[in-house]
Amino acid sequence: MWAIQLFNGLSYSSILLLVALGLSITFGLMNVINMAHGEFLMIGAYMVYVTQHLFQQYAPAAWFDSYYIFALFVSFTVAFFLGMLLEMGLVKFLYRRPLDSLLATWGVGMMLQQAAKMIFGAPNVAVTSPSWLEGGLQLTSVVVLPYKRLFILALVIVCLLSLYIYLYRTAAGRSMRAVMQNRDMAGCLGISTRKVDRITFAIGSGIAGLAGSALALIGPIGSSLGTYYIVDAFMVVVLGGVGKLAGVVFGAVTIGVLNVFFESWLSASIAKVIVFVIVIAFLQWRPRGFVSLKTRALES
Amino acid sequence: MKQGLGTINRESQFKWIVYMLILGMMLLAPLFLSDFRLMLLAKYVSFAIVAIGLALIWGYTGILSLGHGVFFGLGAYGMAMYLKLEASGGKLPDFMVWSGQNELPWFWMPFSSFFLTLLLIVIVPMGIAYGLGFLTFRNRIQGVQFTILTQALVLIVVTLLIGQQAFTGGSNGITGFKTILGYSLSDPTVKRVLYWITIGVLALLFALAYWMTKSRFKRVLLAIRDGENRLRFIGYNPAVFKAFIFAVSAGFAGIAGALFVLHVGIISPSMMGIVPSIEMVLWVAIGGRNSLSGAVLGALLINYAKTTFSEAYPSLWLFLLGGLFVISVILLPRGFMGLMKDGMQKIKKRRKREDANENNIDFTFGESKR
Repeated sequence: MWAIQLFNGLSYSSILLLVALGLSITFGLMNVINMAHGEFLMIGAYMVYVTQHLFQQYAPAAWFDSYYIFALFVSFTVAFFLGMLLEMGLVKFLYRRPLDSLLATWGVGMMLQQAAKMIFGAPNVAVTSPSWLEGGLQLTSVVVLPYKRLFILALVIVCLLSLYIYLYRTAAGRSMRAVMQNRDMAGCLGISTRKVDRITFAIGSGIAGLAGSALALIGPIGSSLGTYYIVDAFMVVVLGGVGKLAGVVFGAVTIGVLNVFFESWLSASIAKVIVFVIVIAFLQWRPRGFVSLKTRALES
Repeated sequence: MKQGLGTINRESQFKWIVYMLILGMMLLAPLFLSDFRLMLLAKYVSFAIVAIGLALIWGYTGILSLGHGVFFGLGAYGMAMYLKLEASGGKLPDFMVWSGQNELPWFWMPFSSFFLTLLLIVIVPMGIAYGLGFLTFRNRIQGVQFTILTQALVLIVVTLLIGQQAFTGGSNGITGFKTILGYSLSDPTVKRVLYWITIGVLALLFALAYWMTKSRFKRVLLAIRDGENRLRFIGYNPAVFKAFIFAVSAGFAGIAGALFVLHVGIISPSMMGIVPSIEMVLWVAIGGRNSLSGAVLGALLINYAKTTFSEAYPSLWLFLLGGLFVISVILLPRGFMGLMKDGMQKIKKRRKREDANENNIDFTFGESKR
């Protein structure tokens, strides 16, 4: 029994992790929280829906099962470029005013939701998952791990690994870490901080798109899809701290497992209260979250 | 120099005259409005009280709260619980009976007394705000992180209210009130009196906030906004001040919520959720976050616009709401009042320059360089 709980917890954690990854890197780099992040999830999910329709109409029926792989690319790319657009068109101007950028991106999110309602209609839609994701892995007679959940877990691990390689093994990632640690100094040494910001924001949004396409597998797609996950994802960022991937992983696993555990033990609404109290209590001990960049600067 | 002081006095006199005129107009409003419109106006006025509180923490102290819906809601639920108990006449409220409750839960008990209700409407929001504020500000959690925590608070309280249906009425909220202190709530005279009380509370709280922003206390608040660390080095403890002003602002929201319930006759979780909470911030952003009168004006105007607009195009309101946020933040960071102030300054400067040119005397003391 507890094994199923643990798996459910980890499964929820993996989704949270995917949602929070993009938030965390943009927050760490630019101190900007993208409130439209949830809407990028929604865009990613709708992109799966659109790709599925395109495949149904224009591709041979035998290819249909592979549509989801294409959809992942489409979701990432569309969210990536929309994120870049948002950065260039809006966030850039509010660079020294993080609270204002929070409000402005929320406004954008609101408009995106309304736009989705107009394009795709108010009722939720659903996608047919490819046949290779149906069913589950039979461990014992009662414990079945659905392939969809396992796939999401794998997707998260792939994302984490590629992000790790990008951050720690490439030149672009190195300059990103440099900007994160000391923006002015990095700028003085010839790194274009503007470009780094733009790319980071775009990558963060792209990952949100991927997260959205994962969500499309496990539930209905609607314009308010993002709002279910986004607040928990914010808590992950606050709890985990910024600057290192380990922080997000810690935050997501903690919040995910705790949520599922208390939900099964008490009720869903009480679980949320308890998790919130735990987060606040944890912040008494580590105000900057689980990990934090060591710095001598006074202003964070 | 004398002339300069004279203009300041004249200006503030002018300001007070305008305030008094507006107050007079609002007091006379029931004579000209239908009952329905009066109810709407009263609703806007109670929203304006929230806006004052928000301006205090956001414009003056630099704390952005997306959680004021919660404090508003707590005040509203407090009043609703009292009205519900009075309407049930000593029996269990109807929704509790439907969900199989046998006796009144303990936290409903104090709300059978009107006096205790009035106290709790203020104390509960203030207590929660002070607790959250102190625990976070103490650890120097500020800015965006604090804002996120306030939003999480909204989500939690709303889920809790919906989840505990037997105690809170669930997503339907609490409604079905009849009387207050024995007077019928549907009686037009009672409605008018309640409206005047609301205006009185607005004036009183506005004066309180105004007094705060004219005292030395305001300097501490501004210092927190502009240079918290410097203030800390001088020897102040910003955490206490921040938690205090956050609690005051939550108290304002609680009072506003209670008044809201008196006029609208219902409170449900959807009126205090994430979107309503952030809408409250918009009123202040549009009106002018650095100005109390701007916040009041913003709340009144935006809500009037919302009613008019959503009567005609209900689905487009959210679109407009989002757009207003983007526009106000990018183009009008100081809101409508900031725009007015800039305009006044320009006129004044031009007049001064003309005067100086005519008399060939420089009154500006080098300020003209700016």
